[in-house]
Amino acid sequence: MRLLRIVPDDTKFDFMRFRRISFPLSALMSILAITLYFTHGLNFGIDFKGGTLIEVQTKSGPADLAKMRPTLNGLGLGDVQLQQFGAPDDVLIRVAEQPGGDAAQQEAVTKVRGALGDGVTYRRVEVVGPRVSGELLSYGVVGLMLAIFCILIYLWFRFEWQFALGAMIANVHDLVLTIGFMSLTGVDFDLTSIAALLTILGYSLNDTVVIYDRIREMLRRYRKLPMPDLLNASVNQTLSRSVITHVTVSLALLALLLFGGQAIHSFTATMMFGVVLVGTYTSVFIASPILIYLGVGTGRDALIAAPQAEKAADKPKNRP
Amino acid sequence: MLYFTRWKAAAILLTAFVVCLCAVPNFIPADIVNSWPQWAQRHVVLGLDLQGGSHLLLEVDTKAVQKDMLEALRDDVRRVLREAKAGYTGLVVRGNSVEVRIREGSDAEQALSKVRELSVPLGGILGGTGQRSLDINMEAGNLIRLTPTDPSITERVRQSVDQSIQIIERRVNELGTVEPLIQREGADRILVQVPGLQDPTRLKQLLGKTAKLDFRMVDTNVAPEQATPGNVPPEDEILYSAHAPKTPYVVEKRVLVSGAELTDAQPGFDQRTSEPIVSFRFNTAGARKFAQATQENVGKPFAIILDNEVISAPVIREPILGGSGQISGSFTVQSANDLAILLRAGALPAPLTIIEERTVGPGLGADSIAKGKISSYVGAAMVVIFMLLTYGLFGLFANIAVAINVAMIFGVLSLLNATLTLPGIAGVVLTVGIAVDSNVLIYERIREEVRGGRSPINAIDAGFSRALATILDSNITTFIAAAVLFYIGTGPVRGFAVTLGIGIITTVFTAFTLTRLIVASWVRWRRPQRVPI
Repeated sequence: MRLLRIVPDDTKFDFMRFRRISFPLSALMSILAITLYFTHGLNFGIDFKGGTLIEVQTKSGPADLAKMRPTLNGLGLGDVQLQQFGAPDDVLIRVAEQPGGDAAQQEAVTKVRGALGDGVTYRRVEVVGPRVSGELLSYGVVGLMLAIFCILIYLWFRFEWQFALGAMIANVHDLVLTIGFMSLTGVDFDLTSIAALLTILGYSLNDTVVIYDRIREMLRRYRKLPMPDLLNASVNQTLSRSVITHVTVSLALLALLLFGGQAIHSFTATMMFGVVLVGTYTSVFIASPILIYLGVGTGRDALIAAPQAEKAADKPKNRP
Repeated sequence: MLYFTRWKAAAILLTAFVVCLCAVPNFIPADIVNSWPQWAQRHVVLGLDLQGGSHLLLEVDTKAVQKDMLEALRDDVRRVLREAKAGYTGLVVRGNSVEVRIREGSDAEQALSKVRELSVPLGGILGGTGQRSLDINMEAGNLIRLTPTDPSITERVRQSVDQSIQIIERRVNELGTVEPLIQREGADRILVQVPGLQDPTRLKQLLGKTAKLDFRMVDTNVAPEQATPGNVPPEDEILYSAHAPKTPYVVEKRVLVSGAELTDAQPGFDQRTSEPIVSFRFNTAGARKFAQATQENVGKPFAIILDNEVISAPVIREPILGGSGQISGSFTVQSANDLAILLRAGALPAPLTIIEERTVGPGLGADSIAKGKISSYVGAAMVVIFMLLTYGLFGLFANIAVAINVAMIFGVLSLLNATLTLPGIAGVVLTVGIAVDSNVLIYERIREEVRGGRSPINAIDAGFSRALATILDSNITTFIAAAVLFYIGTGPVRGFAVTLGIGIITTVFTAFTLTRLIVASWVRWRRPQRVPI
């Protein structure tokens, strides 16, 4: 049987030349994402905003939101949001955080339970008090920072500082774009979103590290090859792996997206965007070419300029 | 890279086998597993989001703890100064300190040295920190100020949390639920998780009460209708009835007997009125105090007070000498039962506030499990097929390695008695992606080496040795992200971090050992002339 070859052998795409497009494009997208974040904001879930989330299932037939809405809005709990969730008899009720501390949140739940009566079954009740929500948010932000920092330190030890910096720029770029995506789609931003962001961070780095590993190997082997050529060769050599890996990860994510249910839907959608779209693009078009600007392999230029003749003999092959 | 000594190969296979074996109890019905020895029973616990149940995060009111501490200190100072026969004025709690002014300058030094005895070293006998429980200063005008030190407050809060945990355990166990989890979270918080509990209303009622029970005399010299906080005698206070209408009572602050001296409390019915009641029994000391108090006060009313609310105020008809009695006061069967539970379990040292609640019904949990299963199976099937299409025989090797990898993840999770949540399942699915990636890295490298002109065996050898360095680097970065997630995360997120972290470790293990062993065995068996990828 002939095996599937998604990427042909010995590709020679000039990825580095594309940087004149990819860098401005990424800069533009990042600015857009940041603008979105500040104008449109994130749809904070109760984990970070505090408040109450109740998922109920009506016992007889589809839920009549039009009837439930005035009942719940008449409880004096401020704005109560109702939303169909997955199935027609499944309703998600969001009650904003009540003024008056932790006890007030509990009273809100009791009121909603009283108003809905016996006509529904409670699938989920989540109440997050004002202090917990504040802590969860700061933990989340601190966690992201901490992760980036730890990974930076590790990369700095394993590679040179330029690689660590390049990886960090690439990663912050990924996170910014993903946050822009979350703002645009209005998915609930909660604890699971932080988990998604951290996983995207891990995956995207994973990809970047694989290419960097190859670049480092090439740097040791071809001392006189111009940087753009060397980077191009490295990306091309790892291209097949990048594509195959991303196909498998997408297949796994696709299964989660299609069959994982509403509860992890926003999680998988975010992952799909972050890992598959942004992560791959970044490692090829941002993380690698940026090394040119960060001065990886400088000091070799003098060597390259002098013996032009040797360069031909030093063309990259796929093996030493 | 392709040579394995016999014992090394055996060790690898044995490790993989044993770890996979640990996952077995998860797939066997619980009643069979329960008959096994304890060490063999370790299994994955389903998170509350999968099996349904209630999660409550409670916070101990540290302000109340501090207030109690200061009031007790004030009483201690009063006792010490009386014993020392030192005249004083203005003994009050002010801010975070207790203040007292010694009348005579001649008494001041002696009073100060006596008061200093109240400050004890912290940390018991082994306390090498040199810190004491109080800061004591004498200021101008013979004013002594006693301030509890921060470590002593921290210590007291810690003790309160410990006591609260014990009392919560007793209260929750009365609900007859399966395997409730009650544990400390941080300095002043307690996590209560009750699997299977659908409606936590009753649980919240049981946890929301401090259940401090006092028996005190009612002051009949003051008419309750005319009493205001301004005109009651300093040894009295106004309390209201627990049930509507809220009627005021003027009761003495002095406690005759407290709930701490109860040995038992049971719900029951009054023989004459057949109203629900709670009958109780005192310990010996409590019985003696109660007998004495009732003997002295026949014909007068006393109040039964729960959490500063008067449940009832019966008139003492005759001395109660037997050390037992009953409380009646507009109970329902349920509320009588709850009060009995609360009295048996004892009073909380400080009020608790619910600061987070998450309850999942059994229907949603079952749905989540079903969805988790379907998406895992579909995801795994797609990946397996894709790998077979891309790498053929080597794809099969990869699939075997990934399958063992997943089994090992469940083995390790079982060993740790870890909790599997829905995000945890997502973590497993993602690990499949990572595990496949390690194989892809190896195979692509082998292909490169073949194209570079190496002999098949040489290429495979070089492919492994070069790819493994990359696999290690890339997995360590992902592992760092998982570790941070575990560290900052709570509940479901932590579940995701655990499976992802364990998945990365098993992935590196299988890539370095199992995959290599499988390929090496194949090479030795077939002596291939070309690499089939």
